[in-house]
Amino acid sequence: MEIKVLGSGCANCKKLLEYVQVAVKELAVDASVLYVTDYIEIVKTGIMRTPGLMIDGKIVSYGRVPNSDEVKTFIQNAK
Amino acid sequence: MIKDIFVWLNDQLLKMTWLENAVNWFFRDVIQLDVDSLLYKGITFFFYDVIKIFILLSVLIFLASYVQSFFSPERTRKILSKVKGVWANIIGALLGTVTPFCSCSSIPIFIGFTKAGLPIGVTFSFLISSPLVDLASVILLASIFNWQIALAYVVVGLIIAVIGGSLISLFKMERYVEEFVLARSDEQVIDVNAVEEFTMTRKERVNYSVEQVKEIIKKVWIYVLLGVGIGAFIHGFIPQVWIESILGANNPFSVIIATLVGIPMYADIFGTLPIAEALVLKGVGIGTVLAFMMAVTALSLPSIIMIKKVVKTKLLVMFVGIVTIGIIIVGYLFNAFGSLFM
Repeated sequence: MEIKVLGSGCANCKKLLEYVQVAVKELAVDASVLYVTDYIEIVKTGIMRTPGLMIDGKIVSYGRVPNSDEVKTFIQNAK
Repeated sequence: MIKDIFVWLNDQLLKMTWLENAVNWFFRDVIQLDVDSLLYKGITFFFYDVIKIFILLSVLIFLASYVQSFFSPERTRKILSKVKGVWANIIGALLGTVTPFCSCSSIPIFIGFTKAGLPIGVTFSFLISSPLVDLASVILLASIFNWQIALAYVVVGLIIAVIGGSLISLFKMERYVEEFVLARSDEQVIDVNAVEEFTMTRKERVNYSVEQVKEIIKKVWIYVLLGVGIGAFIHGFIPQVWIESILGANNPFSVIIATLVGIPMYADIFGTLPIAEALVLKGVGIGTVLAFMMAVTALSLPSIIMIKKVVKTKLLVMFVGIVTIGIIIVGYLFNAFGSLFM
């Protein structure tokens, strides 16, 4: 599984990255977590508000920080 | 009868005369300050304004955020991709007033709109109206002045946004956008339907609005205090003759001075309102005051630096120039015809 956290380095984006890293560890999924900060790369996915969360090429959340439970659900749904 | 009720509601809820009376009573009867002293005038203005603005701010941001939760830049882009010509500028300017937006997201929005093939002029109409005509600030304007002035402010703000964007299109300013922002022929145009819209439940909208209130207050409280502090200082300590000689009706350059002072300033409209209020009380023309407020909110050094990252100097100068001239014209018009609204 490939998980991308899309964010320009704002506090909210880092928070989401943290949630994702914790969730991946807790759920023990085999996933690579990437933190994408390049504006162009972020915008190309179709979103304009960060932080965004992309799992296996699909945007599952953007423009807000989902809480850690939601993040776990996103990852489980994608398994 | 109905008019009386409306006036009463307006006075109590928006102008909060009850609060003004309470603050005056406290400093006059409890603290026993001299009612004619400058200290009394300054301090009552400060406390009345701070409490009033924070109450209004919380209520208004909640309401505005609730409305905004139905809109998003992604959705705005989808709507704008379907309209052509000056209508796109008009709808862009209108959507700018209700789309949640902060200057920190102006770059992704600029790139996102441009790479999806929207004309530069339409994007600028959106980017001009967004900070200028904000839902909450309009109601706040109504609370300090009146509804006619608030409405007139909205209309002229939108006109500046539409004309500004249209001129940028007319002069084919796409040439002066940085290459990496433009939609290139060798890469795929962003599909405006690529991202799924997540509809919120009512509870999520309420949560979102509460979060917005917290976040915005955390961001702007310092500007509000500063603004009210400056307003109280002007109100209590600066002689009326000084202000009138610089910003009064007899100085033909008053609007230009107010605009040029306002441009580099970075403040929230909530911070500029108390200053505006104090200036009006000191006899400054409504047009001069509105020009100052528009200049502070529409243009600021941080936002100019931000936009510089995605456009070349020529377009940046044109953008700042159009908005500045628009604001100055509006200022003089309001000074000339503003008495119709008071």
